[in-house]
Amino acid sequence: MSTSPGRIASKRRQGRRPLAGSAVSAAPSVPAESIRIRTRGLTKRYDDLVAVDHLDFEVHAGEIFGLLGQNGAGKTTTILMLLGLTEPTEGASRVVGLDPSRGPLEVKRRVGYLPDSVGFYTDMTGRENLRYTARLNDLEAGEAEGTIEDVLDQVGLTGRADDKVETYSRGMLQRLGIADALVKDPDVLILDEPTTAIDPLGVAEILELLRGLVRERGMAILLSSHLLNQVQSVCDRIGIFSAGRLIGQGTMAQLAQRFGDGRQELEIVLDAEADAERSRARNVLSAVPGVASVDAGKRPSDAWVLTVAPESEVATVRAAVLAAIASERLPLVSIRAVEPSLEDIYRRAVAGPLGSHQAAAVAGHEEVRR
Amino acid sequence: MSATTVDQEMPARATRTVPRAGWAVIASKEFGDHVLSARFVVLGLIMAIAAAVPLYFVGAQIRESAEGAKDFPALYIALFWLTPSVNDQFALPSVVGFLALVGPLLGLAFAFDSINGERADGTLPRLLSQPIHRDDVVNGKFAAGLAVITLVLLVMVGGVTAFALIRLGIVPEPAEVFRIVLWLLVTLTYIALWLAFGMLLSVAIRRAATSALVGFGTWLLLTIFGGLIVSLIGGVVAPLTGTAQDQLRSIGIQEGLTRLLPNTLYNEASLTLLNPQVTTISTPATLGQYAQAQQRVASLFSLDQSFLLVWPQIVALVAMMVACFALAYVLFMRQEVRA
Repeated sequence: MSTSPGRIASKRRQGRRPLAGSAVSAAPSVPAESIRIRTRGLTKRYDDLVAVDHLDFEVHAGEIFGLLGQNGAGKTTTILMLLGLTEPTEGASRVVGLDPSRGPLEVKRRVGYLPDSVGFYTDMTGRENLRYTARLNDLEAGEAEGTIEDVLDQVGLTGRADDKVETYSRGMLQRLGIADALVKDPDVLILDEPTTAIDPLGVAEILELLRGLVRERGMAILLSSHLLNQVQSVCDRIGIFSAGRLIGQGTMAQLAQRFGDGRQELEIVLDAEADAERSRARNVLSAVPGVASVDAGKRPSDAWVLTVAPESEVATVRAAVLAAIASERLPLVSIRAVEPSLEDIYRRAVAGPLGSHQAAAVAGHEEVRR
Repeated sequence: MSATTVDQEMPARATRTVPRAGWAVIASKEFGDHVLSARFVVLGLIMAIAAAVPLYFVGAQIRESAEGAKDFPALYIALFWLTPSVNDQFALPSVVGFLALVGPLLGLAFAFDSINGERADGTLPRLLSQPIHRDDVVNGKFAAGLAVITLVLLVMVGGVTAFALIRLGIVPEPAEVFRIVLWLLVTLTYIALWLAFGMLLSVAIRRAATSALVGFGTWLLLTIFGGLIVSLIGGVVAPLTGTAQDQLRSIGIQEGLTRLLPNTLYNEASLTLLNPQVTTISTPATLGQYAQAQQRVASLFSLDQSFLLVWPQIVALVAMMVACFALAYVLFMRQEVRA
């Protein structure tokens, strides 16, 4: 993989950098230059509450890392520490190679940040708001105009850019927030709940935009969310956050392996309405070795779900199921292995021994703070 | 793992320039917002009325007794401090008096929502995530407030001068110009005190409506009921009884108490700086001094003499302003970004 020294994507128009895409999945072997965020034992305590507890994770150039966790799990606190906006109680972090506690300005110069429930000056237009950000970043005025036009186009706000922000919908504010984070041409993008309040089609656009930034500019993106399927669809690696601790991190496959329950499911659709036919099918399928249970669903039209254990046997079991269906002449419509969803993984991870013990305490604290 | 190992694992890359004067960017944006805001128009009107009403009556009075006014020293600056009598019973406050009353409004109006407004709009985290120091926010906003106040004051003095030149034919002398400049600085400090106080409230109080209420409540208390309350306390602490010497001491204590009020300090400093005839602002402390004061020949103070006389008042005003600003500053620096 190629990692050129120095600042790579310093100017938007200076060509696209070659991307370290191949390194994304091979986290441990990533060279030091491509690490954009690294934390070691990062901890934040408020009086008796531990908001963030000994956090260790890395985000590399050219990947999207998703912090997943419920509200109050410590995601925003972590992000604020990475930006030098709050001091860690313990531990250290490096963002674009710098300590955010000691050199926050340089870090903030190179990190674009979309805060949770972002706000803008409502009596200014979207473009004027971005201009202000550009000036705060000391961008040369002429160059800034071009950049602003670019980022407005990227988030699809060009048509409304000269309307006052007070006329914007929540989703438009969110888009403007992403544009705002991009104005400074950052190396790292930190997005706190970027897709809340955006409609489903808009979400797809935004996620595609993020993927494009990673692909074309080798940006490192850290995003926090509690929306599981969005995280699953866009993130290269995921860290599961619970009560201030990262209880698991890795690619979907790695997480599925770690938090799997040793079972996998097969989904079968049968064209069988009659009760006699259905009970015969149930008997046939239950008899296949490796099938732990058969769930025929509540209504006749529902798909049947076979649970296979152990999960490593799923290919063999599927072949056996197909053979049994063929020999018994069951009216098969379709069969497929169900990939574990992030929701399942998340639920198991949070319910596990690492996740559950503090969740109640955090929930209580949230109540008090409101 | 310690910080050094983190460094070794992850080398820093070439640095990019970081803006040096974030406060100036914030100040220029805030100044623009202020000048275009509705509250600027409203306050401009209030200030115009505050200056025009006494000026009108003073002008009428001066023209009536044009002959008598010939020997009057420093007629131009007298326009600022003369209290015009509308009729035999009723006298209006002077321009300075009006300013002491409504100046605080000007300061409060441009500060009471400066920080908590950003918080409420959700713009504060975004602003602080830009490459600026955290204190750039308070410094920039304070600077913008000062600039607006300076602008308003300059326009007001310009208006009075124009009135003096055109309607009354009074030309300011160089010495008077110096006095006006000094007085402007004192006025700026007095209003900046309220600006800093408003900013303190906007940092300490989450809701802009609450901080406005507290701010204007304090203004009402200090400028309108302040004198009343202080004289009440003074009467209890140091009643005017006993010998003449005792009474003089009590008066001294009561005067000291009223000087806890910023508007008293401002009034004393203004009148002394503007009127060379004012040669004393305190009641004599002993009977001997009292006798001396009775025998003193009326004379005029030069500018440096006037300045020396009210130096303590000026220092007190500056100290109050600095204290308010420092408190707001420290509080803001220690606050969490998130509410």
